[in-house]
Amino acid sequence: MGFEVENLSFRYGSHLILDRISFQLEKGKILALLGPNGTGKTTLLKALSGILRPFEGTSKMDGAELLKMDLKKKARIVAYVPQNTNSTFPVRVVDAVMMGRKPFQRFAPTKEDETVAFEIMEKLELSEYAFQDINELSGGERQRVFIARALCQQPSLLLLDEPTSSMDLKNQLRTMSMVQNLTKEQNLTVIVSIHDINLAAMYCDQFLMLHQKKICALGTAQEVLTQQKIYEVYGVDTKIESIDGYRHMILRKPIS
Amino acid sequence: MENKKKEEIQSQYRKKKRQKYLVILGSVLLLLFLSIFFTTLGAADTSIGDILKAIVHGITLGSGNVSQKDKIILLLRLPRVAMAVCGGFGLAIAGTAMQAVTRNPLVSPFTIGVSNAAAFGASLTIVFGIGLFSSTQFGIVLNAFLWAIGCMMLVYLISSKVGLNPSSIVLTGIALNYFFSACTSTIEFFASEHKLAAVVQWAFGSVNGSEWKEVWTVFFVVTICAVQLFLYTPSMNIISTGDDEVAQSLGIQPERVRIRVCILAVLATASVISFTGVIGFVGLAGPHIARMIIGSDHRYLFLFSGVIGSLLILIADTIGRLILAPVIVPVGIVISFLGVPIFINLILSQKRGRI
Repeated sequence: MGFEVENLSFRYGSHLILDRISFQLEKGKILALLGPNGTGKTTLLKALSGILRPFEGTSKMDGAELLKMDLKKKARIVAYVPQNTNSTFPVRVVDAVMMGRKPFQRFAPTKEDETVAFEIMEKLELSEYAFQDINELSGGERQRVFIARALCQQPSLLLLDEPTSSMDLKNQLRTMSMVQNLTKEQNLTVIVSIHDINLAAMYCDQFLMLHQKKICALGTAQEVLTQQKIYEVYGVDTKIESIDGYRHMILRKPIS
Repeated sequence: MENKKKEEIQSQYRKKKRQKYLVILGSVLLLLFLSIFFTTLGAADTSIGDILKAIVHGITLGSGNVSQKDKIILLLRLPRVAMAVCGGFGLAIAGTAMQAVTRNPLVSPFTIGVSNAAAFGASLTIVFGIGLFSSTQFGIVLNAFLWAIGCMMLVYLISSKVGLNPSSIVLTGIALNYFFSACTSTIEFFASEHKLAAVVQWAFGSVNGSEWKEVWTVFFVVTICAVQLFLYTPSMNIISTGDDEVAQSLGIQPERVRIRVCILAVLATASVISFTGVIGFVGLAGPHIARMIIGSDHRYLFLFSGVIGSLLILIADTIGRLILAPVIVPVGIVISFLGVPIFINLILSQKRGRI
């Protein structure tokens, strides 16, 4: 079944942000959400999960309409990881990860909650930081904590907003390959908004390019990551090469 | 090998959890001991044994001859100690809860104008006799309480126009704080001398002359608020450490939790300060001191900060009672002189979340 979005539109007041977005995504696949700053990538992610209320359209995971669902029930289906943020108050990594079990709890974490959380922490290589304050971690480590928290929700749909934005090169690769492995292993449906087109090309299966409130291109790397589309959307000249079987974009200096 | 690591961390996690329970238990026992010990101190010479005997007498409704000593203990010292404990508890848990839902470590119920509104209500009654039952002592309490609640409702009405986010609540509250402060000053400006003295006396904040019926009222309201707030502590954990969107994606409605927690916190605060007058600082510092010792998990922090608040006021009041005896220095004054150095010292040594 997977994830289906149909005719989803969103506006802030009278200002239209997203205009009739429709797409589908199978289970076990990663969709890259591309587009310049301010095209509504974050808004789309929030609207898909119903954090923001779209004024029309549907968003269904395995046939279940997300936008009308009770928050707690929805939290067991969709998990959202925001862009890297700090916490005002100190919080230990283990507590932050355990928060992902909230949709399953009445008050305190059960034995099962603990088991799930500790397993996920180990999988994301967070065990050694378990009792550290998340504010003391590097941006990359902290982002992994938030991904771990999302996985604790045992979701079928995972939405990641720029998960690699604050990371160095090695951590970008490490995080994306972690996400890729998890997607295959747990048969997740994943949508990531991402700026780095080359990174997206290496790890994502489907590509959605937003431009002027609408979907400008949707499909595989061959279909979407073309010189022409990139010029249309970002307004930059590029050259597309193939490296190790992945499309690779090389920027060209504008002639002024 | 890897597996062993996981087990190790899990057992470490459990151990730290047990330590937190122990710290809370220890603090409660300390509070209990100090409450009884401090009751023995004062002009009339009493021992811990006398206190316990008097309490037993009090519970069994003292068959026949109640001694002078028992009267001093039961009617003067114990209600005062009990008020300090209940009051400190209420103010500190209210501060903890509000800091969490507004994600702001500078917030206490007083930041959003509650204390100044209560002071305004009290001075209206004292100076002009405006308000319900205004001729009685109870009238002052009632009107202070009503104005404090009124202030909260104003904050709610105004900030709900922009979606009840943390900054709108705090900014509206601060504005109202100044407004009510100006209102109180205006009344003071026009008040006659002896009424002015009464207003100022009220604003000092003290547990002087607490009576059992007052203590029970505060106890009752604070307990109800505390139980309700305690149920929100897992949500406080989430709201205090991330954006509202994260809370929503974890199945929480942050605006709803925020407003309910604020109302409960204000209710607890208002019930305390309408009897005691303005005792500041505990609502702000209590949560921080507690957080530095036990960490930020509100399921533990909440109760523990309450106990810390009780201890702070209890100790400050006892010092105020003894230091210039027979003159009693109001606890509202002592608490700042005592608490500020402790607090600054803690900030400098940065001992947060040791367990």
